[in-house]
Amino acid sequence: MDTAVEATDLVKRYGDTTAVAGLSFRAPRGAVTALLGPNGAGKTSTVEICEGFRRADSGRVRVLGLDPAADAAELKPRVGVMLQTGGAPTGARAGEWLRLMASFHAHPIPARVLLDRLGLASASGTPLRRLSGGQQQRLSLAAAVIGRPELVFLDEPTAGLDPQARMATWELVDELRAAGVGVVLTTHHMEEAERLADHVVIIDHGRVVADGAAGELTDSAQELRFYADPELDTASLLAALPPASDVTTHPSGRRTQYVIVTNAPGGLGPEFVATVTTWCAANGILPEELRVQRRTLEDVFLELTGRELRD
Amino acid sequence: MTDPGNPSPRHATMFSPAPGAAPLWRMILAQSAMELRVLLRNGEQLLLTMVIPVLLLVGFSVTTLVDLGSGAPVDYLTPGVLALAVMSTAFTGQAISTGFERRYGVLKRLGASPLSRFGLLAAKTLAVLAIQALQATVICTVAFTLGWSPTAGVGGVGYALALVLLATAAFSSLALLMAGTLRAEATLAAANLVYVVLLGLGGVVFPVERFPEFLWPVLEALPITALASGLRAVLTEGAAPPPLPLLVLALWTVAGAALASRLFRWE
Repeated sequence: MDTAVEATDLVKRYGDTTAVAGLSFRAPRGAVTALLGPNGAGKTSTVEICEGFRRADSGRVRVLGLDPAADAAELKPRVGVMLQTGGAPTGARAGEWLRLMASFHAHPIPARVLLDRLGLASASGTPLRRLSGGQQQRLSLAAAVIGRPELVFLDEPTAGLDPQARMATWELVDELRAAGVGVVLTTHHMEEAERLADHVVIIDHGRVVADGAAGELTDSAQELRFYADPELDTASLLAALPPASDVTTHPSGRRTQYVIVTNAPGGLGPEFVATVTTWCAANGILPEELRVQRRTLEDVFLELTGRELRD
Repeated sequence: MTDPGNPSPRHATMFSPAPGAAPLWRMILAQSAMELRVLLRNGEQLLLTMVIPVLLLVGFSVTTLVDLGSGAPVDYLTPGVLALAVMSTAFTGQAISTGFERRYGVLKRLGASPLSRFGLLAAKTLAVLAIQALQATVICTVAFTLGWSPTAGVGGVGYALALVLLATAAFSSLALLMAGTLRAEATLAAANLVYVVLLGLGGVVFPVERFPEFLWPVLEALPITALASGLRAVLTEGAAPPPLPLLVLALWTVAGAALASRLFRWE
């Protein structure tokens, strides 16, 4: 049994709003699964159904083969949870609260070790209400993993973190994966999903719009980009290219970025690049910053949803 | 070094899964100790639970602002002030702290931990009882210094403990009912208001008999009045607890617990 989370046709409504609209996904054990989507896409509702905080109006969810609501007592020691906000009593001190969370588990990581690991050792005696937002986030992450769970849910684990703290969090997620811990995280950062996840589930309007290994979603198509003068004769360029190619233009300051994709046999190979540069040379054009690259998750996302991320 | 011929093995790190819940008693003790530390650090709570009862006891014992009958004022006041102390911790303090825990997601986060709801309630109750023991020690010490001379023997102390436990159950369920249904700010205001009103009306320092007679049945149905008069009977007169206060406290407990378990919202 190598499925950590299996959600089937989840629906969750709040009054007239449908937050989750028939959502299904599968998260493997011992791997990192990112639920990627804009704010309001239904990620937190989905995760909170998996955590047992909310009941779906319909659909079925199994976490480590168990029902998060009916089998809560059996599941809770095995699953770590990081909420998006809050969760600690404001009058408690960081270290004592983490020690409390450790004391709920049979084989916890020593609180001191985790505080060190997350750069919180000096904040150990600080009341929680005086911690910075980033420190609270890291403490909350520490509490999610301190019981040595098989699976952790991290809801927006790096929201509001500075770049160093974000990097530290990413490294910790890498370590969790290396140790065989399954991770399900939500994020609205493409970069984060791309950097961390083995498996990406793109969610919009409460539905899964794409689902696959991180590479699968982006490897399938490559594109060639370069910057040049805005006045390029794209019809002439297109005529020079093999059939089933396409050129799009993206104004960028005084220059324009040209993005070329192709479904021609042979794809975006050396010959294709040579065809483009030959055409440029023949027309006296210098293609600046020319590069051939995989599409990013952002490209995939925008193609699927047709708009910028909200937030 | 990794051998490219083999899939890389799982690294044994501190994160290697080893899940499991701690024994229930350990979870309860740990949570209870945390609740206790947070309560003792909170200055406003200490004012309510410690300073005000002691000030009332001293103030009304050494002055003659209120006519408390023929006996020494301290003999009348001590059971009332003990009752006030029990209410301040089990009801007022607990309602306010639980209301804010709910507001800040503390209850939600604990809900994801291996500590069960039963465990959380047990831990809160233990912390309340520990504070009450501290309050009773301080108040009785001050009362003895002021010349308090209770007639109760060992049996009377046992009756008093039973009354306090029953009242704690009643006040706690009312506290959770309030904290689990109102907004945190509303709970803060309402719990303090109830404290002041019941302090005035509940036979704590002002005898119920001083109020108009038609109000007596209402006042005697209040949990604070039931506890104060019950404690007065068993401590001052050395009697067994009269049935009315026991009945009143039991009814409040049943009603409060039934409503709280039905209406309490964890977030």
